[in-house]
Amino acid sequence: MAGKVFAVLVILITLATAYCVMAHVWWMPVDVSVHGPKIDRQIEETVLVAGLLFIAGQLVLAAFAFLYGGIGRKPRQIPGGAKPLIIFAFVLVGTEILALSFIGSKAWGSVYFEAPDPASMRVDVQAGQFAYYFRYPGPDGKFGSLHPDLINEGNQNYFGLDTDHDPDAKDDVVTAELAIPVNKPILITLHSKDVGHSFYVRELRIQQDFVPGLNIPIHFTATQTGRFEIVCTQLCGLGHYNMKAYLSVLSQADFENWLKKQASMQ
Amino acid sequence: MLSDQRSDLKGGDVNVTQSAIPSLGQHEVLMEASPYGIEKKKLGMWVFIVSDACTFGAFLFAYGYMRVGNPVWGTPFGVGSVVNGVVMTAVLLSSSFTMLAAVRASQTGAKPSTKKWLGITMLLGTIFAALHLKEWFSLIGEGWRLFYNPTGGAAQFGATFFSVTGLHLTHVVTGVIALAFIARGYNLGRYDESHVETAGLYWHFVDLVWMFVFPLMYLMNAH
Amino acid sequence: MPATSAHAAVHHGPPQGFIRKYVFSVDHKVIGIQYTTLSVVAAFIGMALSWAFRIHLGWPDAHIPLLGMLSKNGAPGGLMTPEYYLSLVTMHGTIMAFFVLTAAPMAGYGNYMLPIQVGAADMAFPRLNMASFWVTFVGFLLACATFFIPDGPPLSGWTAYAPLSAVGEVAGPGQGWGQNLWGLSIAIFCVASLLGALNFIVTTLDLRTKGMTMSRLPISTWAWFINAWVSLLAFAVLLPTCLLLVLDRLGGTSFFIPGGLVINDQMQPHSGGSPLLFQHLFWFFGHPEVYIIILPAFGIVSHIIPTFIRKPLVGGWKVITWAMVAIGTLSFIVWGHHMFVSGMSPYMAMVFSVPTLFITIPSVIATMVWLFSLYRANIRFDTPMLFSLGFISLFITGGIGGFFLAQPSTDSYLHATTFVVGHFHFTMGLSAIFGAFAGFYYWFPKMFGRMMNEKLGKVHFWLSFPLVYCVFMTMHLTGFAGAVRRYSALVDDFMAPLIPTNRFISVAALLLGATQFIFLFNAIWSRFRGPEAPNNPWGGTTLEWDTTSPPPFDNFGGRQITVYHGPMEYDGEASVMQTAPPAAVAGT
Repeated sequence: MAGKVFAVLVILITLATAYCVMAHVWWMPVDVSVHGPKIDRQIEETVLVAGLLFIAGQLVLAAFAFLYGGIGRKPRQIPGGAKPLIIFAFVLVGTEILALSFIGSKAWGSVYFEAPDPASMRVDVQAGQFAYYFRYPGPDGKFGSLHPDLINEGNQNYFGLDTDHDPDAKDDVVTAELAIPVNKPILITLHSKDVGHSFYVRELRIQQDFVPGLNIPIHFTATQTGRFEIVCTQLCGLGHYNMKAYLSVLSQADFENWLKKQASMQ
Repeated sequence: MLSDQRSDLKGGDVNVTQSAIPSLGQHEVLMEASPYGIEKKKLGMWVFIVSDACTFGAFLFAYGYMRVGNPVWGTPFGVGSVVNGVVMTAVLLSSSFTMLAAVRASQTGAKPSTKKWLGITMLLGTIFAALHLKEWFSLIGEGWRLFYNPTGGAAQFGATFFSVTGLHLTHVVTGVIALAFIARGYNLGRYDESHVETAGLYWHFVDLVWMFVFPLMYLMNAH
Repeated sequence: MPATSAHAAVHHGPPQGFIRKYVFSVDHKVIGIQYTTLSVVAAFIGMALSWAFRIHLGWPDAHIPLLGMLSKNGAPGGLMTPEYYLSLVTMHGTIMAFFVLTAAPMAGYGNYMLPIQVGAADMAFPRLNMASFWVTFVGFLLACATFFIPDGPPLSGWTAYAPLSAVGEVAGPGQGWGQNLWGLSIAIFCVASLLGALNFIVTTLDLRTKGMTMSRLPISTWAWFINAWVSLLAFAVLLPTCLLLVLDRLGGTSFFIPGGLVINDQMQPHSGGSPLLFQHLFWFFGHPEVYIIILPAFGIVSHIIPTFIRKPLVGGWKVITWAMVAIGTLSFIVWGHHMFVSGMSPYMAMVFSVPTLFITIPSVIATMVWLFSLYRANIRFDTPMLFSLGFISLFITGGIGGFFLAQPSTDSYLHATTFVVGHFHFTMGLSAIFGAFAGFYYWFPKMFGRMMNEKLGKVHFWLSFPLVYCVFMTMHLTGFAGAVRRYSALVDDFMAPLIPTNRFISVAALLLGATQFIFLFNAIWSRFRGPEAPNNPWGGTTLEWDTTSPPPFDNFGGRQITVYHGPMEYDGEASVMQTAPPAAVAGT
């Protein structure tokens, strides 16, 4: 009796899980990046492979618990013993693993192994407890150098720019929001002011930690306009839950207007 | 004599077949032989050595990582320090030989000889520690700290140097103290040659670690 | 070389007096019970912490009076601050991972059963064993002490990433002396674990009784033995990691802290260090650690299932044991999969991803061994077997989640979401705990000479099993929506709609917690009032069932134990004891 109850329970759990996943009850938002479809396809492939294994495993468990309770049966091992199991594991699982790795490396590579477009628009991103700030190089196309000892939140000098003496820094545009033009390659550089943080935009299918001491480049192209959340996913202190900014993907014209307006507010 | 006992699974012993096993005297127990014939103290020491090697390995990994990441490192060791280091190496190597002699002597049951060689090993270990501390104090006198590099290079020099060599020094000093206990116990007849041999294993390990530490931390940082 | 040798038996006579018998005892059985008791206490503390933060997640405005009493700063008036939330999460993880999951299934049951299962009178080094327990106890006290100091417990997670954990109290609340105590507590735990592992290895190799060849070892012993090697190498690296962290905090060093940091408007006096170095060192330990947690459960379940199906495992001792060896070995070359988005070279991501996926193979082999052993068996659904079946289901689920996290492309979306939390709870938390429960119900009669209440055991199982899925499968699902972990409040645009789901998880978690009191009551009541247990209530074959319940102080009453059989031999419905002489079995 217990075996049958267990079997039913396992089957219900399996069905409920499968339903929630396949019906996308909780699911990824629409992707808005050029490389996004590759990642999404990889996730879907994995859902298929992993899902089939999950369902198969749980159903076999349920079946055996259902069928083989009690006593009195003449015990027998499965035909072939462990050999077919080992062969299955190596061949089927091994093949699937190789396939996932090979195809997955292309998805991963589309984010990290390809060099950024030389014409990318560059933005410098700084994370600190507990806010993100963004810096555009301005008309001269050059970023001013950073001087951590000059950082002064009270004066809104978040990046530690030496605007008095550094000509490159004078026209840098510092904002609290990351606005970018749609369908243009973007190259952002991540650095941290204090502790570890992370840059996570679900819709871009990008997650990259900020590592203090490193400048980490990441590039992408957004394919749709819209407003998306950038949230911190690396535990950084008490304000971690509240650390976020917005990514605005705008038309080229809207973006230029926005940048002009931001520049005038510096 | 244990007799058959019947019952089902819900209580009581199940239907098993057993018969009397002749019991031996209280102090003799037949066991499976130890693989490769290593008795438990020695095996225990080998296992400890494996784990300690991993600990030293982790420290040395951190050292390597820091050194690669900080090209301006600092090379404070001149001829004097290198000579001191060579002497230290010679002292420790010799102490391994004297330890070997102690183990040999204990295996032939030569008690006074064993004690003598153990004593010389302890002396050599103490000399090593003294030379080591002399080096340390001279560096500290020049301004080196765990967190400070007076030559302006990476502060990690001090952090890695003092922590790695400090860990090794701790092992040497602990070893000398342990040898004192072993010698005393051996003298009193409470410990035998297997104790001496096990201690010898530890001592050789500490020597071996020095063979890595000396080139990595001294010779690589010599100018 | 002779196949057997005669050795002097362990010389110490039975201990006298309460202190020598129950407190500072060198008897591995007492030590095993001490470890298990410590784990149960730690488990309830860890669970209570989770109830507090789950209540906060579901009902952010809730006032929790007991919490207000525990910490006036952390929860003024009982209202949890964001920093205290993170502290509770940190200590929940720390206490559960170290003092529950690494302690009970390995040090608890292993200490009690391993010497008996190999036919020895005690561990190879009984006094070292006693020291291991008391050192663990000191570590535990230090961890608990963090709750009672003014700065409170650390908030950097059980993973304690630098520089947040390394720069000191300038990093904010929850980064004061609590982090130092944490580092020392874990370092002390490392030492205790190393000494324990040493004992397990030497005992298994050197103290096996006549006839107990390595091929006749019970699978649980094999699991503890393999696990001891993994522990030995992994904890040996965590120890220096914690020491270096403490050096950065107290010694002014900069192993993990680069230059140019501005925290709280102050330039930090550090330079040249690397946060990634911390991650490499931590995860080199951290990944094997999760296998250290699960391997004893593998062994326990592999040990229990044959008893309740009256059949050996498919493939005998070799297949399951080699699977465990493969898992233990591979576990050392996959640590970078925790660091795919960490800033480590993206090429290294592929280097770590491939072996991570390959660990699936021995895991699948092990799972199929358990599953297909059930084929055409005669399954008795006593509580230990129910928890073993539950273990199989939970481990399948946990393992499946691994597919998503082992690939950098898919992990880049799921990293740091509740998907990860669901995954590691299924594998480390639930599978290991169900294995631990199976072992508890199975070995309780042997350890205490009394039977636990079977009805209560079954209620414990039937409630816990669906509830764990409610709590942790839902976390996998919200993870697909990108729900971020370690958030003390769900305020983001995409997180706020998940609050009702979080309430569901919290309710299920509280119910699950309440269910565990059924187990606790059963354990305590049965310890003193349970019906007397026979020597072999379940029909086991291994040596622990060949002695009294509980065993005498030297385990076998001075008898010479000679082993003639492997651990999984059955003759129809009858179990063939390992000590049954060959002639008595054939043809009966």
